[in-house]
Amino acid sequence: MSQDTEQATAEAAPAEVHTGHPTAMTYFKVAMALSVITAIEVGIFYLTWLGHGIIPILAVLSIAKFALVGMFYMHLKYDHQLFSSMFVAGLVTATGIVFALMALFHFFV
Amino acid sequence: MWAFLGSDCMFFGSLIATYLVYKGESLSGPLPIDVFDIPVTSVSTFVLLMSSMSMVLAYAALTKGNLKTFRVWMLSTAIMGMTFIGFQVFEFYVFVNHHVHFECAEAGTGHLTQFEEQVAAEYCVDGVTEVDEKIGLTPRTNLFGTTFFVLTGFHGAHVTLGVVWLLSLFFFSFRRGGVTPERNLDVDLAALYWHFVDVVWIVIFTVVYLFGVFEGF
Repeated sequence: MSQDTEQATAEAAPAEVHTGHPTAMTYFKVAMALSVITAIEVGIFYLTWLGHGIIPILAVLSIAKFALVGMFYMHLKYDHQLFSSMFVAGLVTATGIVFALMALFHFFV
Repeated sequence: MWAFLGSDCMFFGSLIATYLVYKGESLSGPLPIDVFDIPVTSVSTFVLLMSSMSMVLAYAALTKGNLKTFRVWMLSTAIMGMTFIGFQVFEFYVFVNHHVHFECAEAGTGHLTQFEEQVAAEYCVDGVTEVDEKIGLTPRTNLFGTTFFVLTGFHGAHVTLGVVWLLSLFFFSFRRGGVTPERNLDVDLAALYWHFVDVVWIVIFTVVYLFGVFEGF
């Protein structure tokens, strides 16, 4: 990162740079985004003509909500990468467990 | 804390996997489509999401040294957590006391669910025109009941523990030096736990509730 860019970042969001946490306004914007995504999820749920297409759409929206909370509320975006690695390692293992169990019990067949 | 949250991911991953593996394997009802009330669960989901916002605002207030605002947001978070638990208790009560009500003439017309058709085949005999029976869903009713109550029950237990933790910090903040801007790590750890409970519910809401009612999944 160049010196100019660093200076510009510090001027734009001083609280985020100095405390390692987002500002109150960022928290509010994330909350609004989460509310809107949840409303979209429920709305899509009633669109029966989507058929099986509903599954990937809801999965993507759910992942988006998960990522928003993880990055901003759990401040992983601003923390040392070690913390992200520890959490993501558990998450990847959990996802592996889910798919392994589903495959073992012939869920996909 | 991050190591604990990572391990808790695996715990909930196993419970979600168990729910999915046994989905559609129940021999008798009620099934998800018979009991789930998506609008009500959406409201409780919204309450939990908003509690995460008030939690981060409580932390932000503490780091700025504003203890009064910290207490307001902290108490708000705990109240929203208790509201979520209230919704869950209400939902469990409704499931356990689930009533099946339909006219026997509706049987075979495509208006009834698979479970209601089963009930109709059993009850609509010898001139019976209407069925109004209490056939509740408990952990012992079927595989859906077992996996659903275990998964959501454990999540509810996590939320309850979180509420106790938040209230402890709230009351502790009235003690001199109990909660200070310099020692904000205590609150940060509680906040991380609370947000984790929130992200787990984000997954449960989609996988268990929204996918649960969708017959194609």
